[in-house]
Amino acid sequence: MSVVTNTTTIGAIEAPSRRNTELILLAFAVIIPVFAYANVGLAKDGTLPTGMLGYGVGLTLLAGITHLMMRKFAKYADPLMLPIATLLNGLGLVFIWRLDQEPSLGKAMAPNQLMWSTVGVALFLAVLLVLKDHRVLQRYTYISMVVALVLLILPMFFPGVNGAKIWISIPGVGSLQPGEFAKIIIAIFFAGYLMVKRDALALASRRFMGMYLPRGRDLGPILAIWALSLMILIFETDLGTSLLFFGLFVIMLYVATERTSWVVFGLTLSAAGAVGVASFASHVQTRVHNWLNPLELASNGGVTETAQAMFSFGSGGLFGSGLGQGYSKFILGIAPKSDYILATVGEELGLTGLMAIILLYGLLIERGIRTALAARDPFGKLLAIGLSGAFALQVFVVAGGVTGLIPLTGMTMPFLAQGGSSVIANWALVAILLRISDTARRPAPAPAPSPDAEMTQVVRP
Amino acid sequence: MNKPLRRVAIFCGILVLALLVRVNWVQFVQGDKLKTHTDNRRVLVERYAHPRGDIIVDGKAITGSVEAKSGDLKYKRTYKDGPMWAPVTGFASQVYGATQLENLNDGILTGTDDRLFFDRTLSLFTNEEKKGGNVVTTLNGDAQRAAYSGLKGKKGAVAALDPKTGKILALASTPSYDPSKIAGMGDGEEWKKLDKKVNPDDISLNRALRQTYPPGSTFKVVTAAAALEHGLINDIDTPTKTPLPWIMPGTTTPLKNEGTIPCEDATPRVALRWSCNTVFGKLGSDLGADKMKETAEKFGFNSEQFTPVRSNASVWPKKLNPSETALSSIGQFNTAATPLQMAMVTAAIANDGKLMTPYMVDKLTDPNLDVVKQTDPVEMSQPLSGDNAQKLQQMMETVVKEGTGTRAQIDGVTVGGKTGTAQHGVNNEGNPYAWFISYAKTDKGSPVAVAVVVEDSEAARGDISGGGLAAPIAKSVMKAVLDRAK
Repeated sequence: MSVVTNTTTIGAIEAPSRRNTELILLAFAVIIPVFAYANVGLAKDGTLPTGMLGYGVGLTLLAGITHLMMRKFAKYADPLMLPIATLLNGLGLVFIWRLDQEPSLGKAMAPNQLMWSTVGVALFLAVLLVLKDHRVLQRYTYISMVVALVLLILPMFFPGVNGAKIWISIPGVGSLQPGEFAKIIIAIFFAGYLMVKRDALALASRRFMGMYLPRGRDLGPILAIWALSLMILIFETDLGTSLLFFGLFVIMLYVATERTSWVVFGLTLSAAGAVGVASFASHVQTRVHNWLNPLELASNGGVTETAQAMFSFGSGGLFGSGLGQGYSKFILGIAPKSDYILATVGEELGLTGLMAIILLYGLLIERGIRTALAARDPFGKLLAIGLSGAFALQVFVVAGGVTGLIPLTGMTMPFLAQGGSSVIANWALVAILLRISDTARRPAPAPAPSPDAEMTQVVRP
Repeated sequence: MNKPLRRVAIFCGILVLALLVRVNWVQFVQGDKLKTHTDNRRVLVERYAHPRGDIIVDGKAITGSVEAKSGDLKYKRTYKDGPMWAPVTGFASQVYGATQLENLNDGILTGTDDRLFFDRTLSLFTNEEKKGGNVVTTLNGDAQRAAYSGLKGKKGAVAALDPKTGKILALASTPSYDPSKIAGMGDGEEWKKLDKKVNPDDISLNRALRQTYPPGSTFKVVTAAAALEHGLINDIDTPTKTPLPWIMPGTTTPLKNEGTIPCEDATPRVALRWSCNTVFGKLGSDLGADKMKETAEKFGFNSEQFTPVRSNASVWPKKLNPSETALSSIGQFNTAATPLQMAMVTAAIANDGKLMTPYMVDKLTDPNLDVVKQTDPVEMSQPLSGDNAQKLQQMMETVVKEGTGTRAQIDGVTVGGKTGTAQHGVNNEGNPYAWFISYAKTDKGSPVAVAVVVEDSEAARGDISGGGLAAPIAKSVMKAVLDRAK
């Protein structure tokens, strides 16, 4: 008898867990940054960097522990996300260490980043351990909303850094960017809220000129979020975060209601808001001006950061100057190690390297959306698409800004850029996605033996 | 919910795709433009990352490169005897760019020239440090030293040529500057001194090539050449029937001579010997402006010379009435010449009428001194026939033997020359420029023709000042060349 005819034992053959695939990929994700690290040392000083062994062992340990924990606590989770996150984080550390070698770019950041990465991985493990089922998060829908709002509003009471009020400083710990964490928490709130309200939003609407217009009471939340994102933009001068939150909300709303009218509505509102703010906020106008004239000299005759980034990309060409052999030190401005780290990637790894990095992000986003597709519960679907969408928007806004595709907004490249809050929050984000994918891919428990099936075997006289 | 999810997936895919397209655009399509953009500091860094090739005189480098102690521009240019060679080399500065030979041969000197491709590829494999090629000049170090030390303390210029080939042997200009001082970063104070507004001496001006002066009486040899070529005079010892005083045509003004000299009805030889304004003024106006212009232009007037460093065009005025023609023919009115131009005139006469294109780069070589490009002498024109050139030579030799240019005499060598004192300024009130043009001749032909101009002649006005101030300098330059040839 062939297996096909055995229709009674669906799922009895254990679905592949893909943990071995993950192990092999993780090995790559550790080896590549270690080689890159050696490469920088050789290029800069002609010797292997002194911390080489510690760095290699540390990264191996981190990857090893996470992998073992994955085997134990998220056996069926997606095998690609962890290696990609590890690789990006590892490469980010190498690039930050490489930029630390330029004394003109300020004090060394790599040791701190390594510390924060470890904290990030610890949080990743904590999420996997504590969050046995992502649906638990549904319970905290409204608490999440309050927490997210507090996190977003908090920076207003702290002094701005480099023009953007996106930081809170806690004595003894350092500064935090609450926006990074708010991104996850607000996705949880949206997922919980929309799961409950999706039918009301989708169906209770009036048809007007071929579009479904929502009722006023359902329109309330979207207008509130729009207003909130504009407020962030105005008071915290943070273009990136406001764009991210608004985009996140529109995506999740669209997925929840399946109504295109919400997208049109959202885009109209955001366009109106952007034009409105741009017409009187001088820093937005400056950004747009720099975007349209990237190579223009600054008012003092110097070369602008935007131009320096473009020169970095151009000089990198197809194959780059090689790690450690570029001139990232020319990007003297605010953020060569965070926002502009892609410029260093572009110069030293070239077009090929930069495309590889972008594709890694693309792959991570795609795995996230796949998780959303595979998830069996609407809350999981919404949360997964929210987190992946936010991640995608962040990557696009940062990379697009640095390469001059869109006006520059201050945000960090997930995993790659220097920044404690960012790396911790993104590890947590990946942990939640992995938890959802584990639940989604986990095989259904084998059904109990069916008495009927056995009955057919009985040969009656 | 899967349908909108798929759409969101496509949307995210488009975002990633847009990024990929953008980086391709920036790094591939626009890459070269950004890479070589003038504001891109990497261009400068790369330019100074390797020792620059050298400019060579007499087989020895007159330039060098030193490694900078700080900053990202590694090698800095140095110059040996910088002020003396500045009119030849120009400068190569990390901040202010490059000029003259340093600029014109930048590709060879930095090693980026396509002609050095093979060498570059080779050093890629042998792992040798990349180095630029060299520029081998035609200059004669001894002649240059003689010219520069002769001009020391004065304002002026010297240009010396090899009449047979057009090789530039000396090119001096004083007061000068040391290009070493502006080669590196943070030399702003030194740079300011090059500004004419700060320093009225205008030390960065290359007077030998870029400054035009009224040539004064030295221009009379051009007038004589035109008269010979157009058949106005045939025998240099036949009286020219010039009255004294001679009233300029169309005016009531007599053309004056300097002092009382025997110019009435003088022969061309005598007229040149005493530098008679009347004789040459009349010759010029009898020939007419067009014929004068034709000869002057054959000598190189009214056009820029590229040696390869550009010289300013010397001027024979475009529109002239007869009296202006007379004045122009004795090197006054609007006639103007660079020292190089007058050296060319002298060289053409000394070379039996054949004018060779002046040049100062003998060859370009790769870092191993293998020749990349050799410059061959090129004939520029034939302003006068061999016979006429020899007649003119005799006249000029008389000037040195027993005329105004006796100070240029060299024992055992035939020297021909012509003095000049050019008046300038409103109502000719400025101190006149002292000119001297000359050539030396041995039995093997003429190895050197030289033009000297000294601007701030404090000496008494009169033809003698050209002979007194400028002739000794010309003599020492000629002597330096002759001594080398022995």
